[in-house]
Amino acid sequence: MLGMFGATLLLAFREIRRHLLRSFLTTLGIIIGVAAVITMVTLGNGVTASVKNQISSLGSNVLIVFPVRGDRGAPRPFKQDDIDAARSQIAGVEDVSGSVSSSATAFHNGQSWQTSVQGVENAFLRARSVEVEEGRPFSNEEESAGKSVCLIGPKVRQAIFVAGASPLGAKVRLDNVSCTVVGLLKERGEGGGPDQDSDNVVMMPLKTVQRRFTGNDNLQYFVIKYDSAYASTTIQASLVALLRERRLLQGTAANDFNVVDTAQVNQALGAATGALTAMVAVIAGISLLVGGIGIMNIMLVSVTERTREIGIRLAIGALAREVQLQFLTEAVVLCCFGGVVGIGLAFLLSWSMAGVIDVPFLFDPAVNALSFLFSALMGITFGFYPARRASKLDPIDALRHE
Amino acid sequence: MTANPPSKPPLIELEGITKTFGKGEAAFQALKGVDMRVERGDFVAVMGPSGSGKSTTMNVLGCLDVPTSGIFRFRGVEVQALDRDQRSLLRRRYLGFVFQGFNLLARTTAVENVELPLLYRGEKKAVRHAAAMRALDQVGLAPWADHTPAELSGGQQQRVAIARALVTEPAVLLADEPTGNLDTERSIEIMQLLTRLNGEGITILMVTHEEEMAAFARTVFRFRDGLVESVEHRARAIAGEAG
Repeated sequence: MLGMFGATLLLAFREIRRHLLRSFLTTLGIIIGVAAVITMVTLGNGVTASVKNQISSLGSNVLIVFPVRGDRGAPRPFKQDDIDAARSQIAGVEDVSGSVSSSATAFHNGQSWQTSVQGVENAFLRARSVEVEEGRPFSNEEESAGKSVCLIGPKVRQAIFVAGASPLGAKVRLDNVSCTVVGLLKERGEGGGPDQDSDNVVMMPLKTVQRRFTGNDNLQYFVIKYDSAYASTTIQASLVALLRERRLLQGTAANDFNVVDTAQVNQALGAATGALTAMVAVIAGISLLVGGIGIMNIMLVSVTERTREIGIRLAIGALAREVQLQFLTEAVVLCCFGGVVGIGLAFLLSWSMAGVIDVPFLFDPAVNALSFLFSALMGITFGFYPARRASKLDPIDALRHE
Repeated sequence: MTANPPSKPPLIELEGITKTFGKGEAAFQALKGVDMRVERGDFVAVMGPSGSGKSTTMNVLGCLDVPTSGIFRFRGVEVQALDRDQRSLLRRRYLGFVFQGFNLLARTTAVENVELPLLYRGEKKAVRHAAAMRALDQVGLAPWADHTPAELSGGQQQRVAIARALVTEPAVLLADEPTGNLDTERSIEIMQLLTRLNGEGITILMVTHEEEMAAFARTVFRFRDGLVESVEHRARAIAGEAG
């Protein structure tokens, strides 16, 4: 029976090749449907991976607190007192650290590079999971005295230092402030919160930046690392109450600050990705349904066109099920052809779009295999009726058909 | 071949075959009680004007259609009791068809056309090809094996069709107006080919309305108004021309 099936398969390929344009147009619905599903899933995976990466670069069990416009006008910055209060008055808080930043041009050895100077404490590095790859973090003395020492990000190192040479101990000038490099930050990838590019940064002790760059004791935002045994909502509630009290917000006055939990950001992004995927799945489903009806239509046309051929086959002794198998095979081969083209298209689309929206291209073999199987299943579903109709033809009428 | 029973049944027996098309007022009785008997090895011509029931009879004999009533025994088996697939298997096994319009698959080479019946028998590619080439050789078309019907003349196409009917080594070859679309010279060639095949042992049943072609047959059934009007058995006048 294998010889029979092989011959049937060969015949199906021949019929499709005979009507190449028609076959292509017929399978367009399936091609688009399959390509849409795979592309969206692949890009969705890329976005999720990228977001997860960013979230982990924010650190876990971390709240980020920053001032916003309130009822009384311009955002009011935080002060060191706010941080000390949060640290001492809220249960479950492990570390609180403020940050301030300013843009600056870094100079070294005749090279210059536009970057940002961020004033931080070592506590900030711990809270945000910033790692020092080479060298060391700031010492307590450097922090309390506001010494001119700095940690440089990998992009800054690449931009102004000779490749291979260690920047440790070298002097870098930032605008008109000179500082000594004591450490090199580990690469963290794009994003990472309010400070856009976490790799293009020079970190200095908080006091140094406040004194030499911003000229005041304001904090742009602060981060809280809390004990994972405590619920994020409990800590947030205490924090909001504390800050409202300290900022003299009474009654219904709106908060003039925002508290963001990295875990919530993660959930929100996950939900958004899920909703988008569901929407595309619906569109792809409609496309596949229309594509399937197209297959059924063209198979009915094919059965009518080849009525005489069917008559000849029946007269020669083909069984009804053999004729049915022949047309079913043709529909399945046609759909599989659409599936393969769709998979190829999806590969190109998701690969190029991943580059455009800057997410990793993550090929998902399961989705590709499933899409192919689904195409074959569509061939069986939508090819069944035309094939059955072919097999039910009366050989005498079929032979007389012009 | 099965062992010969004491009284071996004839190859084909029709008893009181009727066939009615349509229902009620529009009903039309094409066959009104046809009786026929065909022995193995015979060359039968079925003649008659259009509407006489000869084609309907051929469809019944070819197991393509079932009679409304009556008994059709083929090799002793009652065909009217068989279902569609059983009749297909009967055709596959014992019958070869040659049609007026040739009915070859277009855009398919001669040898592939001839291989077709063997495909449904589940033969392997090599076996199919060898048998198809033998059959084409029998009808003198081996050199044209790789040509499609469009590249062949009408006479050649009909010979491909005969090769296709022969390739399964059928018990009976049914030919429905095999020379209807051919000129006289080609027609005579086809009839000589059929006569030769008959000489090799194949029973032939042929529908024709041309006396010239019927002259090649040994038994002639004449139909009129859905009944067999007459049966003639003749000596084989032109048999000498066959091998």
